[in-house]
Amino acid sequence: MFIVFTMKLVTSFRCCRILQSFQRRSILGFHLQRLYSSQQQFRVCVVGSGPAGFYTAQSLVKNNKNITVDILEKLPVPFGLVRYGVAPDHPEVKNVINQFTALAQGGRCQFFGNIDIGNDVTVSELLDMYSAVVLSYGAASDKKLNIPGENLKGVYSARNFVGWYNGLPQDMELNPNLDTETAMVIGQGNVALDVARILLTPIEILKKTDISYHAQEALSRSKVKRVYLVGRRGPLQVSFTIKELREMVKLPGTRPLLQTADFKGLDKVIPGLPRGKKRLIELLYKTANEEPRNADRIETTNREWGLKFLRSPLEIIADKSGGCVAGVRFAINHIQEKGGQEIALPSGEEEFIKCGIVLKSIGYKSVQLDPIIPFDTAQGVIKNDKGRVDKVRGLYCSGWVKRGPVGVILSSLNDSIETAKTIITDIEDGTLSEKTSETSLLDLLTSRGVKTVTFEDWLNIDREERLRGQSRDKPREKISDINEMLDVAFKDKKDT
Amino acid sequence: MAAPIRTFVRFTSQAVARRLQGVQPRRRYSQVTSDKMHEQFPNAMYSRRKFYVSAAGGLQNGEYEWQDPKSEDEVVNVVFIDRDDVRHEVRGKVGDNVMYLAHRHEIDIEGACEASLACCTCHVILPEEYYEKLPEPEEEEEDMLDLAPFLTATSRLSCQIILTKDLEGMVISLPQATRNFYVDGHVPEPH
Repeated sequence: MFIVFTMKLVTSFRCCRILQSFQRRSILGFHLQRLYSSQQQFRVCVVGSGPAGFYTAQSLVKNNKNITVDILEKLPVPFGLVRYGVAPDHPEVKNVINQFTALAQGGRCQFFGNIDIGNDVTVSELLDMYSAVVLSYGAASDKKLNIPGENLKGVYSARNFVGWYNGLPQDMELNPNLDTETAMVIGQGNVALDVARILLTPIEILKKTDISYHAQEALSRSKVKRVYLVGRRGPLQVSFTIKELREMVKLPGTRPLLQTADFKGLDKVIPGLPRGKKRLIELLYKTANEEPRNADRIETTNREWGLKFLRSPLEIIADKSGGCVAGVRFAINHIQEKGGQEIALPSGEEEFIKCGIVLKSIGYKSVQLDPIIPFDTAQGVIKNDKGRVDKVRGLYCSGWVKRGPVGVILSSLNDSIETAKTIITDIEDGTLSEKTSETSLLDLLTSRGVKTVTFEDWLNIDREERLRGQSRDKPREKISDINEMLDVAFKDKKDT
Repeated sequence: MAAPIRTFVRFTSQAVARRLQGVQPRRRYSQVTSDKMHEQFPNAMYSRRKFYVSAAGGLQNGEYEWQDPKSEDEVVNVVFIDRDDVRHEVRGKVGDNVMYLAHRHEIDIEGACEASLACCTCHVILPEEYYEKLPEPEEEEEDMLDLAPFLTATSRLSCQIILTKDLEGMVISLPQATRNFYVDGHVPEPH
């Protein structure tokens, strides 16, 4: 009887959990792990702590028991574009941070922030210290329009604008001109829609998000009522995705401003499109042709957004004082099929559209972080084969710096899995050598006066940000000054 | 008497095996309760707009899936076929969320947005007869599926599938990962 009772107890779920957690902490378990994995240790260094960096680390740790990973980051805070790229009104996308946090606290993957690769330590030095170095530092630069007026006051890259509302330290001084009724976004991708949505979303909604306070303040005084998103080709070539478009269509207080003529004839094309594109174009077509609802909405809305197609910017025109943007002169294009692709060609006609702010959202590109990295400047990516960097043994890459700045988080995940597989293959066939010294990088950095931020230090920043958010009734208020971040990060160390 | 022993042995042996392999203990959703969430996962502060609530109510975020079926009546057997074509037979129960069930059994399904319909990392493919048995996907799920590589006519996000008795024997396939992320022939190109 007693035995039966005990077994019942043991099988109850709660008890199993206690049992398992006991095993996890047990000294025996610890020893077994050490014994089992003591033959060879491979230390991998990941440069950049965005999704690609964390996913690569996760995949490495998960698929080979002898690998430990150090993730290095330039900023004192982790998560890259999850923190600084994802729009503040998309908190659910940021849930992936929980998974990354579990990884960084799991013991085999460590985070070190505030390390500027190239200045504080070079890639060659890292290659000496680690079995493998993975570059996943993303795309830190912008494509240029290369037209006159690009440097006028009131012209910004969407990247800087996104950084500004997301509290990225380097973009804090952007101070965009919002004292105008019309904003022009050049580009029709998801970043363009993000920027347009943030410009048009009622401030009551935005202030409940983790948007930076200074941006929230500036946006609450914004006079922008109308946002145009301009593309050089037609509706079939837009690159935004349906979720973001649907959000725009449903945005409170805002109405779509779509020209029915732009979508004429598309209903005939729709059935033949692949599923994703089909649903996207259907939504565009439906929205453009929904006159009655638009009429209703005109009374209840005071802001609007529109898509302008077949327009290539020729020149950004300054106002009379010569300093600020007054509008953009566009070439009107027509589409021509060439080698299976639709190419925009100028028709000879032009159009001038008035606006007081121009946001360039025509794509990012990566930079060459270190001269030893073989870099394809035309494509803006590192030359690689399945993540293995050409000609440099032990060097790998993943994420945007590997395949270009496109795709959703799943693309970075798959891409990171591929790179991790490549590294594990190279470990197994003996291409990569074991590196044992665990302290060498930190020692080197300390000797150079670099204060590294650990994951525990980041959690200090995280707690402080959430605390600051509480008083403003938002999930967090990001600290946007690097020195302040460091002060908060090291506050425990100061006391002692 | 035999069943409890089996359960006990399975649990402990799995944990030991994981330890031996040097695998870090997986984050246990079961340990997360709403009031303790912030202590354990500081970033849980980020709100979950469309949070999954299991059919059985109450328990969220994968906790329910860590409970064993209380009786045979509850059991729903399903099979996962992973990316290497390996079959994993799993004893689930009515009300289980397929994504969290897969997490419990260490099947390689991601779940980046934690069932909030903001990503497509938990994409799975179902046999047609089982696809038909499920409630229609919501518009938001369809929107996310649009971005999933290897999309099929019977694709779903596993975080939106709740097991019922009807689904006994369902074979759940993970899409094959390859280098080509652009299944619709879309080639990214500069503007």
